[in-house]
Amino acid sequence: MNGAQDLGGMHGFGPVEPEPDEPVFHAAWERQSFALTLAMGFTGQWNIDASRHARESLPPAEYLSSSYYRIWARGLETLLLERGLVSEEELAGGKSLNNAGKIARILMAPDVQKVLAHGGPAERETNSKPVFAEGAHVRAINMNPAGHTRLPRYVRGKRGIVERIHGHHVFPDANARGDGECPRWLYSVRFEAGELWGPDGRSSDAVFVDLWESYLNAE
Amino acid sequence: MAHDHSHDHDEGSALSDTALRVRALESLLVEKGYVEPEALDALIDIYEHKVGPRNGAAVVAKAWSDPDYYARLMDDATAAIAELDFTGRQGEHMVVVENTPDTHNMVVCTLCSCYPWPVLGLPPVWYKSPPYRSRAVSDPRGVLADFGVSLPDGTAVRVWDSTAEVRYLVLPMRPDGTEGWSEEDLAALVTRDAMIGTGLSLTPDQAAAAAAE
Repeated sequence: MNGAQDLGGMHGFGPVEPEPDEPVFHAAWERQSFALTLAMGFTGQWNIDASRHARESLPPAEYLSSSYYRIWARGLETLLLERGLVSEEELAGGKSLNNAGKIARILMAPDVQKVLAHGGPAERETNSKPVFAEGAHVRAINMNPAGHTRLPRYVRGKRGIVERIHGHHVFPDANARGDGECPRWLYSVRFEAGELWGPDGRSSDAVFVDLWESYLNAE
Repeated sequence: MAHDHSHDHDEGSALSDTALRVRALESLLVEKGYVEPEALDALIDIYEHKVGPRNGAAVVAKAWSDPDYYARLMDDATAAIAELDFTGRQGEHMVVVENTPDTHNMVVCTLCSCYPWPVLGLPPVWYKSPPYRSRAVSDPRGVLADFGVSLPDGTAVRVWDSTAEVRYLVLPMRPDGTEGWSEEDLAALVTRDAMIGTGLSLTPDQAAAAAAE
């Protein structure tokens, strides 16, 4: 979706301002937002692509004025409401008013280390062969879906060269919708700065973007 | 770490709307039985205290010291990093990109906050914020200037936008004057920003000055 999350190439946000001490968390609620997001993610009620879509679906003004852990908390609320696991009234009061939903898996403390060490690999086996070889000339498609996509606006319609074949990975556009993983080949594609930014790009520089096969056409 | 679920003591008496709302969310999810409080504490403890950029620095120092390890790292970074027991969530598919006198690499996630947790820990606020995410791809040299880094004219910049589940780690250049150093001493020169590509590794003089502070 063409939401506020798709920031590449925008102007006007000012300089990058690192914090002097950089605490991992700045307040108790940031810790809670982080841990609740991971623990609820483990329940399998949604996948990582659906959770990214929930965050980027925040109204743009709210997205851009929120810290990242606030975006996570708001995204988590959206997912819980969509699945009927909580109600608006319950969120407002912090008290359960209805029966709990059915949850297949609950993350327990003794399993945390093992669960994190396993992570969530996105590569899937296939008998298919990648259509594009390293060095292939490609052009990113132009599309503007209202749903989730990982094709950023700044590369749509632009020409690039396949730098590397990563493997056969879960396709976020479909997975976020609940249409299954629909895995396909994933490439790192090199775009010259001049192709992306015209005379405002420096000719020596390049941006590499990870793109699935269906985002690409042969050029 | 003991994590107090009933007091937001580090925010003072006036809790923000967000703090109140997240606290209510936690109470609700615990009451519903969807989350276990001890598991929440364990998650927080791991990412606040145990996983961080010292992991990545160990990988870099080993690559600088051991040519066979360097070759394995460039060939299959996920497996080579797993040799040091850094695995799992947000590091399932690792790629290492190497800085040279001709090429400087920088990593961003323009669409969200993708970052290699097992080697760098959780990302700093600036990495997830609009100023960095917007300009890293269109004005990487301007972003580097924000960090006080200026590259030689002949150095090309390669920016890696983490749009999939592949996570990138920059292998910075080994500083001059470190011949024969131990991996432990080398790792002290490897800053977090050097592994994102918004900084360079420290020179021995810079490291000595930082240690004296």
